[in-house]
Amino acid sequence: MPRTLAHKILQAATNEEIREDGQIVRCRVSMVLANDITAPLAIKSFRAMGAASVFDRDRVALVCDHFTPNKDIDSAEQVKVVRDFAERQRITHYYEGGNVGVEHALLPELGIVGPGDVVVGADSHTCTYGGLGAFATGMGSTDIAAAMALGETWFKVPPTIRVNVDGEMGNYVQGKDIMLRLIGEIGVAGALYRALEFGGPAIDALSVEGRMTIANMAIEAGGKVGLFPVDAKTIAYAEAAGRSGCEEMVPDPGAHYERVVDIDVTGMEPQVACPHLPDNVKPVSVVTGVKVHQAVIGSCTNGRIEDMREAAAVLKGRKVARSVRCIVLPATPGIWRQALKEGLIAIFMDAGCVVGPPTCGPCLGGHMGILAGGERAIATTNRNFRGRMGSLESEVYLANPAVAAASAVAGEILHPAKL
Amino acid sequence: MKYTGKAHTVGANIDTDAIIPARFLVTTDEAQLGANCMEGLEAGWVRRVSPGDVLVAGPNFGCGSSREHAPIAIKGAGIPVVVAHSFARIFYRNGFNMGLVLVEIGDAVERIADGHEIEVDTDAGVIRNLTTGEEIVCRPVPPSMQEILDAGGLVDYVRRRLEAEGRV
Repeated sequence: MPRTLAHKILQAATNEEIREDGQIVRCRVSMVLANDITAPLAIKSFRAMGAASVFDRDRVALVCDHFTPNKDIDSAEQVKVVRDFAERQRITHYYEGGNVGVEHALLPELGIVGPGDVVVGADSHTCTYGGLGAFATGMGSTDIAAAMALGETWFKVPPTIRVNVDGEMGNYVQGKDIMLRLIGEIGVAGALYRALEFGGPAIDALSVEGRMTIANMAIEAGGKVGLFPVDAKTIAYAEAAGRSGCEEMVPDPGAHYERVVDIDVTGMEPQVACPHLPDNVKPVSVVTGVKVHQAVIGSCTNGRIEDMREAAAVLKGRKVARSVRCIVLPATPGIWRQALKEGLIAIFMDAGCVVGPPTCGPCLGGHMGILAGGERAIATTNRNFRGRMGSLESEVYLANPAVAAASAVAGEILHPAKL
Repeated sequence: MKYTGKAHTVGANIDTDAIIPARFLVTTDEAQLGANCMEGLEAGWVRRVSPGDVLVAGPNFGCGSSREHAPIAIKGAGIPVVVAHSFARIFYRNGFNMGLVLVEIGDAVERIADGHEIEVDTDAGVIRNLTTGEEIVCRPVPPSMQEILDAGGLVDYVRRRLEAEGRV
């Protein structure tokens, strides 16, 4: 039977035969992860399950990236719970302090997740690793506790929506724009319970980082995973991260798709998701002139080195408007160091940006960039739900790093080419 | 099981930030989370809820974060069951894992208005609108979910397996 990418990866992780969509299968997991918000609950459930030890101390990752460096006593107590658990269980992949990065940028960079893996995480953006050809999906803490104890979990085999992306992307158009456009077309529930599988000439041409940005937002369309073929670029990325033995993987010709969506990116403008849902998407020219008080460049969606370079290219020799706080958060210590080496940090500081440590902070309204009532942000993050970044009376617009940087300079939403 | 209570309706795409905003995620305590349930939708929302009431939602309820604090907050607010047009995927798993009963009824959800008295009968697979006298047939709980519910939730399900494997 010809197989989709989702079927292929799940089949390799289960002893049952996958025959059809909707079938429930038990799969072995390659990696299980949780963060400082979700791990304390997972640990509580793990104990209640009576589990003595994790199934494999090398296959559990605990990344304290949301409220760290700890913003208050309660969040410090939560991290303490996670740290103590990691020490007791001798977890190999525990990250906090100087080695912590935003989990979905950090784990691929360290080669902890990669092509063909089955990854479950107590974080909805675990789907990011689909950019590397991993079946990766978010779950709740108790599901994660079960996976930490058993080394397996159950999946309902998802039907697949195939997304063919054709054409050539213009200047200042990135992976983020492809994904925003897709979400705008199919809606925030358009891929509910489904796998999104990407392919086509524009995807072949896209960097692995750009693919991860797209996969990251599969959940914003309701999707279970956002999957990409494993090609020479993916393998080069994975090998640079220290993984060996990766093989190319493409869907079988004739695989069954529930729906096919065709997108042509030729001539496409950068896209912006307006408040208060990620599917409220408009081309940047339509929202040009909307005043912003804060710009956030970072997060698991767009905090990688490629994103830092895009933002720096726009900010170089320019100044952030006096009325705007521009917050730049390289997503991992590795990215931070690289940005420093390339002179990007100096460009950000010369432009008047706040350059902070790797953290999820502002994306979820956690800390380091909370909005007051009536304030409006443009962010490279993934969600613009009402109140997501602070006050219920604030607004978040989502865009790519070049658009966010240009808007920070202009003080209002602007196409970078118009600066 | 039968659940009878007043319906509290919310709209489409109610996200986890609306159910329990990030600033309240510094605890795992059910009562504390419950006290702030739906705080991201409307300040003080929880004050209108009496124990046993039913939450009635539009499509894609619980979209967004994987935070299990969301179903816990709903339970903590005294709501044992959510009836929705449809649920977001992670929330759906979390709900059952946490022992929050979720019932998906598609467009029929429009036949329940805020303040209606309803009875959700999960065994019979029917929702009775006691205010209008209407009956709505629900989709059955999937067998895999039933297995977890029968075990008393995912925690007990796993505990049993670990005991069977001598790993407790």
